[in-house]
Amino acid sequence: MRWNEMSYSGWGRALQATGEVARPERSKAVEAAAPVPAIGNRRSYGDACTNNGGRAVEMSRLDRVLSFNAETGLVEAEAGMPIGELARLFAPLGWMPAVMPGTGFATVGGCIAMDVHGKNHHVDGSFGAHVTAIRLVTNGRPKTITPKNKALFTATLGGLGQTGIILSATLQMKRCDGRGMEVTEQRAENWEEHIALLASSNAPYTVGWLDATAKGSKLGRGIVEEAITTAVEPQSSPAGASKSVPFNFPRITLSKAIVRGFNKAYYLRIRDGGQTRIKPLEEFFFPLDGIHNWNRLYGKQGFHQFQCVVPDDSLDALKAMVEKIAGSGLASPLAVLKRMGPDASGIMSFPMQGYTLAVDFRESPKARKLIAELNEDTLKAGGRIYFAKDSLATEEQAKAMYPDWRKWAAEANKADPSKALETDLTRRLGLRSE
Amino acid sequence: MSETWIILGASSSMARNFTRRLAEEGHALILTGRDKDDLARLSADCLARGAAHCESFMIDARDAKSFTPIISKAGLVDGTLSCAMFIGSMPDQSEIDADPSLIDGVIADSFTGPARFLQLLAPLMEERGSGTIVGVGSVAGDRGRLGNYVYGAAKAGFATYLSGLRNRMGREGVHVMTVKPGPVDTAMTWGLGKQPFMTTPEGVSNDIFKGLRKKRNVVYTAGIWWLVMMVIRNIPEPIFKKMSI
Repeated sequence: MRWNEMSYSGWGRALQATGEVARPERSKAVEAAAPVPAIGNRRSYGDACTNNGGRAVEMSRLDRVLSFNAETGLVEAEAGMPIGELARLFAPLGWMPAVMPGTGFATVGGCIAMDVHGKNHHVDGSFGAHVTAIRLVTNGRPKTITPKNKALFTATLGGLGQTGIILSATLQMKRCDGRGMEVTEQRAENWEEHIALLASSNAPYTVGWLDATAKGSKLGRGIVEEAITTAVEPQSSPAGASKSVPFNFPRITLSKAIVRGFNKAYYLRIRDGGQTRIKPLEEFFFPLDGIHNWNRLYGKQGFHQFQCVVPDDSLDALKAMVEKIAGSGLASPLAVLKRMGPDASGIMSFPMQGYTLAVDFRESPKARKLIAELNEDTLKAGGRIYFAKDSLATEEQAKAMYPDWRKWAAEANKADPSKALETDLTRRLGLRSE
Repeated sequence: MSETWIILGASSSMARNFTRRLAEEGHALILTGRDKDDLARLSADCLARGAAHCESFMIDARDAKSFTPIISKAGLVDGTLSCAMFIGSMPDQSEIDADPSLIDGVIADSFTGPARFLQLLAPLMEERGSGTIVGVGSVAGDRGRLGNYVYGAAKAGFATYLSGLRNRMGREGVHVMTVKPGPVDTAMTWGLGKQPFMTTPEGVSNDIFKGLRKKRNVVYTAGIWWLVMMVIRNIPEPIFKKMSI
């Protein structure tokens, strides 16, 4: 493999790394090489996808469908296959990935390593629940594992790439009616109404957009989107005619006044009593993918995303966190509230029964301080933060939030005894230090 | 309408992107390359994307015997037959300077091999009176330069061959299109640092499809290379020989 010394980062761009990166185009090259962390399209926000000072292998050119069964919906794809590409290829045939994260650029390997969730977590669980087999190079040898290899399998789902380099995986896709989604949007005027709408939703896909700048009686207001798949062909074309952010925007772009104004307008766009439209599935699942490099809107210092999940009985603590965020005036327009169902895919998987909140903050010392507080609040509320987004948690916090980490570390250290697969995140959080 | 496309050097990332699009349009494919495992993966990928049919063959541009089964297969194809050639090799000029025998391989991979294959295929296509030949050369073939003149010479030879073939086949209803990529973001350029006007395999593929729709004879990709190479071609030799570009 050819190595390229380069600077790179996760999607948030606040933490930069420098190191040699290879980008093989054939699977055999990965099998033959010495183990190094595998990265995909780097849609993790923080340092889960970087290895500063070391090597990494970018899997994005290993992106082929190895088999597809139109009867059963089983698909085997190489690790670098973007999840949105699977949806594009197979939705017209009546199948789509059972779980899709908020960006279609996330790769199959990355979706496994983060055990990602989607807008249907309360119904379908996380990504790992639909993986039937994984082929990975573990302990120097390619090997296929299934849920029957329980210890290694559950350590690999949400395993941050630490149990081996994922080469390919077999996924059980879900039936869909086509490439259209029937999306109903309605306003939630405050926190209580927002939570009530999410809690009572019977739709398979439900997500809340939160105006994280609204305070007082409007605290927690937002828009709840519910969707089902539909055979009706959507009118607008999918993200084919996509736009791109050509340069780093100045800091003023996301200043307090502008964000507040944008959020208000966005909120008021929805009619009283709600509205229903047919959208291409890309627009519903991956709303920002149509704008390439949208992370540049945050300027060259980058940004952080805070995402936590707290159990149902800690809703008051979550509300207090939203209050703190609104009071800080630091939030960006991108804030999401979702209900999560129970989950037990992987040992280190993020989802748990309760509610998850995700908010973006432009990089600044104030934002770092606020996120540090929110991390602590999450821990006290019995919740946890999402490693795919994290760049600021401490080792103590992470280990307290993921009490099974020792069990996982033992498994990872068995699969990768030389710890060659460690990333900046696992080192920062000491996750493999048994 | 569904055609049958023969892809030479299907494993390269440029070819992969182009081939997948053919698959999604439902064409039948005959894939050829040197890596059996990789061809099997690509073949599975194309079938999943909607290729009407997919078959792979091993090929070695330096061994004309390996052409025979592919040409026999092509002879059995019903309907329109087309062919895209993505083969070639580019060792460092310094390696060639150290071992001049490498020249034979470069010429065979990028020029004489593909030309010999097309010479065998041409009658089959003339018989059908339809179809397309896409020959991928390089901007390096437009002028001999310090950094890669042996590779450039091979690509120049291939471009001249294609121009003659176009002259011959055009009157029989077969379109021959020469594609000249500048730097493309592939394994070949990975680690070479930032390249001028670099395009992606997807960009090349888009330009090829656009060129085919418009029945273009020669296509540069990225398009700006048409202009760049026109300038470079027109630098007077007394000046050019002192330059290192």
